[in-house]
Amino acid sequence: MTDVLVIGVGNPLRGDDGAGLEVARLVRAAHVPGVEVWEHGGEPAALIDRLEGAGSVYLVDAVRGGRPGSVQRFDATEEELADLPPAATSHHVGLGEAIELTRALGRLPERLVVFGITGRDFSVGAGLTRAVARAVRSVAGKIVAEVERPAPRARGRA
Amino acid sequence: MTHSSRILSVAALARVEGEGAMFVRTRDGVVEEVRLDIYEPPRFFEAFLRGRRYTEPPDITARICGICPVAYQMSACQAIERALGVEIPDPIRRLRRLLYCGEWIESHALHIYLLHAPDFLGYESAIEMAKDHGPLVERGLQLKKSGNEILEVIGGRAIHPVNVRVGGFYRAPTRDELRPLGERLSWARDAALETVRWVAGFEFPDFEQDYEFVAMRHPDEYAIVEGRIASNRGLDIDVAEFDEHVVETQVPHSTALHARLRERGSYMAGPLARYALNGEQLSPLAREAAADAGLEAVCRNPFRSIVVRAVETLYACDEALRLIEGYVEPDRPSVEVEPRASVGHGCTEAPRGILYHRYAIDEEGMITEARITPPTSQNQAQIEDDLRRFVEQRLELPEDELTRRCEQAIRNYDPCISCATHFLDLKVIRA
Repeated sequence: MTDVLVIGVGNPLRGDDGAGLEVARLVRAAHVPGVEVWEHGGEPAALIDRLEGAGSVYLVDAVRGGRPGSVQRFDATEEELADLPPAATSHHVGLGEAIELTRALGRLPERLVVFGITGRDFSVGAGLTRAVARAVRSVAGKIVAEVERPAPRARGRA
Repeated sequence: MTHSSRILSVAALARVEGEGAMFVRTRDGVVEEVRLDIYEPPRFFEAFLRGRRYTEPPDITARICGICPVAYQMSACQAIERALGVEIPDPIRRLRRLLYCGEWIESHALHIYLLHAPDFLGYESAIEMAKDHGPLVERGLQLKKSGNEILEVIGGRAIHPVNVRVGGFYRAPTRDELRPLGERLSWARDAALETVRWVAGFEFPDFEQDYEFVAMRHPDEYAIVEGRIASNRGLDIDVAEFDEHVVETQVPHSTALHARLRERGSYMAGPLARYALNGEQLSPLAREAAADAGLEAVCRNPFRSIVVRAVETLYACDEALRLIEGYVEPDRPSVEVEPRASVGHGCTEAPRGILYHRYAIDEEGMITEARITPPTSQNQAQIEDDLRRFVEQRLELPEDELTRRCEQAIRNYDPCISCATHFLDLKVIRA
């Protein structure tokens, strides 16, 4: 089993939606021992599967709302994602729903830290905007620093 | 209670664009307006493909949809191969069908278990359903995973498979590599049969429409990867004639294009259409399960599409097992494809209905024009028509109940809203 799993979620062809993937790439490039990196398109079943039995997981995705480039962090093993939009017509299950579904099935990893990076431009084909690119580097740096020197809560595994 | 001037609106349908996605206005018992804005057409991709090499569309268009990348790849390959006059040998053809079965299984299982079943069981979402029916949801996820594993073994990856190319595959799997899939699929087939029985017991609104069903038709098999385009009202055309028969019109309220059959109107693509046209070509096991589930030869109640989807899932498991059993490694994983100036058309049965591609290629092999017509844009006019009729018959229902029913009616089509982005709507309850 991997000690630490870093999951970047997003679509590289939708502007700032690629933020999570870029964080994943930066963490991979840091070559920290014991850290596995997974770039993921957001498909829920595979994500749920991957979360089960994992030790310490960092999950990074783009978010809407708030100041572009701002970063929110929360511990999904302790906090619930509320007010999620219903699955509605889309065949997509959102990332938040996937996490809550994992919780409902009792399959959350021991530790799940979620970073949300607020994007500005999600239009098709665009790259990362400047503020988001900065936030990406900052989040990647935080994750690398934490996994190299684990926070107290993660010490059990990392 | 007076019914004059009611408005039903559901904004949450469009999670990506955040605009009112379903809008129904009634006045004095008459539905005056139905608007559905759920699909963002792949215009960017069409533009992006121009000037690219003729070998690139399978990889590029696979990115349009995270749930049905194989459909995009297969329609793209077929269009280009037809343009360039390439014959695909049978072993490669069968491998493509097997890959496509994987996509049907994963896509259908996701829709049945996580998106549509909660409607019938009275849950807000799969999360609520999982709290009461954990083992059921687990079964759905495992069934879906069985489909994903086919994509991993043959496609190289579960999402955006990378092994597909114009002319075939980069690498064909060995028999040994397929064997574990067989074991897994035997379980999946049982699970799919259980799924048919489970959803057949749901309660369905009394609602039928006299649809024109449009689906691929093939003389020898339940059409998935190839065939002619046919309907229950006499349409029977080569894929190359799609443009002549299907007109796409821009509607003012939406970025989406509505597809209609020329001089005939809206039509339905997807599981109900395939079942109506080709049901007799299902495997004996799937046919028997359909009969036991109370399905007649043609099903005109769109709410029962969940049953047909389950029958198709069972069929896809059955068919995948058959293809694995008879698998012969191709001599070569692909055939050579040389460019020339030409135009080609491709159409395959994506999980939610026919997906059409057309490419114009110049003598250097550069794409000069691309057109993609996904199933959801074809179904959009029909969904609106369903809503209009459905609401008309239920104006006495309270607002929230009617709105909920309308959402369910939309989900009958498993519509694909622009599925290229994934936002996390962050709201946290601090414990």
